[in-house]
Amino acid sequence: MNAETNWTPDQPMVSATDVHKSFGELEVLKGVSMDVMKGECVCIIGPSGSGKSTFIRCINALNDIQQGSITVEGQEVNDPNLNKLELRKKVGMVFQQYNLFPHKTALENIMMAPVKVLKQDPKEVEDRARELIKKVRLEGKEDNYPGELSGGQQQRVAIARSLAMRPDVMLFDEVTAALDPETVKEVLVTIQQLAEEGMTCILVTHEMGFAREVANHIYFTDRGIIVEHGPPDTFFDDAKDPRTKEFLSQIL
Amino acid sequence: MMVSRWIAGLPWWTPVAILALIFAWPLTAAAQGKFTYTDAMGELFRWMPFLLTKGFLFNVIISFFAMGIGTMAGACLGLAQISQNPATRNLAKFATQAFRNSPWLVLLYIVLLALPFEIVIFGIIVPVPDWMKAVIGLALPIMANVSEVVRGAVQSVPTAQWEASEALAFSRMQTLWQIILPQCFKRMIPPWMNWYAILTMATPLCSLLGVEELITLSRQAMEGSDNHPELLVPFYGFAMLIFFAYCYPIARWTISLERKYAVKL
Ligand SMILES: Nc1ncnc2c1ncn2[C@@H]1O[C@H](COP(=O)(O)OP(=O)(O)O)[C@@H](O)[C@H]1O
Ligand SMILES: [Mg+2]
Repeated sequence: MNAETNWTPDQPMVSATDVHKSFGELEVLKGVSMDVMKGECVCIIGPSGSGKSTFIRCINALNDIQQGSITVEGQEVNDPNLNKLELRKKVGMVFQQYNLFPHKTALENIMMAPVKVLKQDPKEVEDRARELIKKVRLEGKEDNYPGELSGGQQQRVAIARSLAMRPDVMLFDEVTAALDPETVKEVLVTIQQLAEEGMTCILVTHEMGFAREVANHIYFTDRGIIVEHGPPDTFFDDAKDPRTKEFLSQIL
Repeated sequence: MMVSRWIAGLPWWTPVAILALIFAWPLTAAAQGKFTYTDAMGELFRWMPFLLTKGFLFNVIISFFAMGIGTMAGACLGLAQISQNPATRNLAKFATQAFRNSPWLVLLYIVLLALPFEIVIFGIIVPVPDWMKAVIGLALPIMANVSEVVRGAVQSVPTAQWEASEALAFSRMQTLWQIILPQCFKRMIPPWMNWYAILTMATPLCSLLGVEELITLSRQAMEGSDNHPELLVPFYGFAMLIFFAYCYPIARWTISLERKYAVKL
């Protein structure tokens, strides 16, 4: 499919092999491997500080890695000549703190990257942005600034903002962790809808019910390694590793 | 912001106090000489239009030019301070600190002595008058301080904003110009205006270079009126009053803008 890399959709869309990452002396990822197929939804769970954020930030090259390989649609990310901007056009990312642009309205937030980065026609982008607003069920909020929206609403704008780039993969880093319990659901519903539409999703989350229902595969990380992984039913009902069991017993 | 806050916080009767000083001072000396307080005030009023139009106006012009040049150079230096290239960044940091922490008068003298009195551009001889050197000399510390204002404002934007734009495939330059600077531009205005007030009050330094601004001309006017010591306080008091009258509204405006922009974000 892809002329440069010969990647075809039957190969993993995102593939990590033995990824090592250190911040100075501190080794945060100690050999993480994971394959995500096109259309799959993968959840990464694990205690705080185990390197989940660090790992997904490596996928869109916000963090560089010291050793190992990450490919996105066959494109090697751990490559000094990597065109990061081209990679990031394919990989959308949503953050825990939404990080909307506070000086732009909801609609402008969504339109900004396609217009400025992809240089698409603003009129056409606006039509699409309005559709995305509808998709995340925020009709009427187009002209509101982020400061005027609730956390859950801001997070849905952030999701729409990412989707406006028409990415092939979406990364979600604890996107509901900063939200009130009542608004968590509205964001999760949006993500579930995306996953059902066939978007390839990699989520870091503490929402076990959601993970069980939506994920195709679950990875449990602890201190920079993947301790255990498997399909949701096996993972939740039949965890083998004592660290997984302990974590699940605390959180469920 | 200290200067603006102090000036803006002065009570309404400050100019009255300065005036009172101007009027009261000659009384103490009046007994001794024939040159009275009325004479001194008469001299001041006679010279006043000249002092304002030929003197203070020139201070204002110098401050405009120095601020304009200092702002442009400072904006570039400030952006260089956040460059990803370590050589550029360190050089810009060094220049900023060097010019920020040097006495203004020393910078003025260095520029005065270092610059030639004329330069040749494509065979055309362009004279460099002393007032132009004074503008450059004053623009240097302004440049360094504007550089810090820009750096501080850019760094006051959370790094999460950089990451969010990077994740949307914005380049660093696009992020800076489209996302970061629009968010912090307003925050730069009050400190920038504060530096303008400081600069304006520093323009009398140029009199030491022989530039014909308010203080130089006041001195010349006093000489023209036979240098009576009774003239000193009225003339310099008048100069002070003028600077106050010019800087006070700016200071008030600065403080109100600072409040306004502090509420947002
Ligand atoms: N930029 C950084 N510099 C230094 N240490 C970092 C940085 N980012 C994360 N870390 C460290 O890496 C470890 C893993 O962090 P993180 O990936 O955020 O964990 P998680 O998302 O699983 O809670 C933590 O010990 C954290 O302190
Ligand atoms: Mg995290």
